[in-house]
Amino acid sequence: MSRPVQFNITPKPVDYNGHISMVDAPEGHTGEGFFATKLSEVVGLARKNSLWPLPFATSCCGIEFMATMGSHYDIARFGSERIAFSPRQCDLIMVMGTIAKKMGPVLKQVYLQMAEPRWVLAMGACASSGGIFDSYSVLQGIDQIIPVDVYIPGCPPRPEAVIDGLMKVQDLVGKESLRRRNSEHYQKLLDSYGIQ
Amino acid sequence: MALTNEQIQNKLTEKFGEQVTAFGEPYGMLTFEAPKDLNLKVLQFLFDDETLRFKFLTDLQAVHYPTDKGRELAVVYHLHNLQDNVRLRFKVFTDINTPDVFTATQLYASANWMERETYDFYGVNFVGHPNLKRILNVDEMDYFPMRKEFPMEEQTRRDKDDEMFGRGGSVN
Repeated sequence: MSRPVQFNITPKPVDYNGHISMVDAPEGHTGEGFFATKLSEVVGLARKNSLWPLPFATSCCGIEFMATMGSHYDIARFGSERIAFSPRQCDLIMVMGTIAKKMGPVLKQVYLQMAEPRWVLAMGACASSGGIFDSYSVLQGIDQIIPVDVYIPGCPPRPEAVIDGLMKVQDLVGKESLRRRNSEHYQKLLDSYGIQ
Repeated sequence: MALTNEQIQNKLTEKFGEQVTAFGEPYGMLTFEAPKDLNLKVLQFLFDDETLRFKFLTDLQAVHYPTDKGRELAVVYHLHNLQDNVRLRFKVFTDINTPDVFTATQLYASANWMERETYDFYGVNFVGHPNLKRILNVDEMDYFPMRKEFPMEEQTRRDKDDEMFGRGGSVN
């Protein structure tokens, strides 16, 4: 007997027709043979649906991330099919697990190797705040060394939470102004972390 | 015939007399101590002797006893005789103000990293060690975190109830 989940309680007939998921077109003017919209909308749309994540997994959150990558939860549905392992190719670094102080410079270097625009996601209590490891050897949150865009709470977070976090990153990416990375405000943020 | 704790003890007293002391057998494992200047001589004897043959250094670490004045730091060697499958524990004590102990790296190559770790956490200065620098903690660390006067908790946290986490407060 399988678990009583939504799928079992109210079975839905499978209907493949018309169920290929497509993103909605951005706002704009359309007419006979043309469509006009803002460049930033198109770039945002492209970026958010093809994020290449770099998993920086150091402990149990990494295991939960593997579940998220697997067929059951399947993070690939959100355009993150290509989990890459070179920072130079990636847009999003997912930091999962306890970061010891000795690991700090390594994480920072990996972040620096990523090309702009880059986003950071801190998964779990340890990456976000040090978690239960309130200790002299553990970094009390990765935001002490690199700027973080999205934090996922949990110890470890469930795959649903990871997916929710990824979708929050997608929102940020889709709405980001094309000039943000050149702005004085962003420069100040990087300066506060000692990043040129 | 298998090597017994009694035989080891007799061998050691025969060789070093009154200088090896505090023999005991907690959980059946022979334990004793010697003055810190003698640590290499005792280890060499345990290594070289035809019947003792303690050729494997299983573990090496320190213990901090802040109330025991003049012998605050204990350096503990765990040795293993692989042929007879016998283990023993050997301690030397040192003053925390002059934590100089001779290195065992010439005798046991495995002592190299273990002594670095012991230095890293307790500040024991292993005289003659080829590369005595921090191994596990960040190089910038300016104290020896396992000494009792230093709290375990990260001191920069401001978002927790200090009384519960050893950062001052009324409970200590």
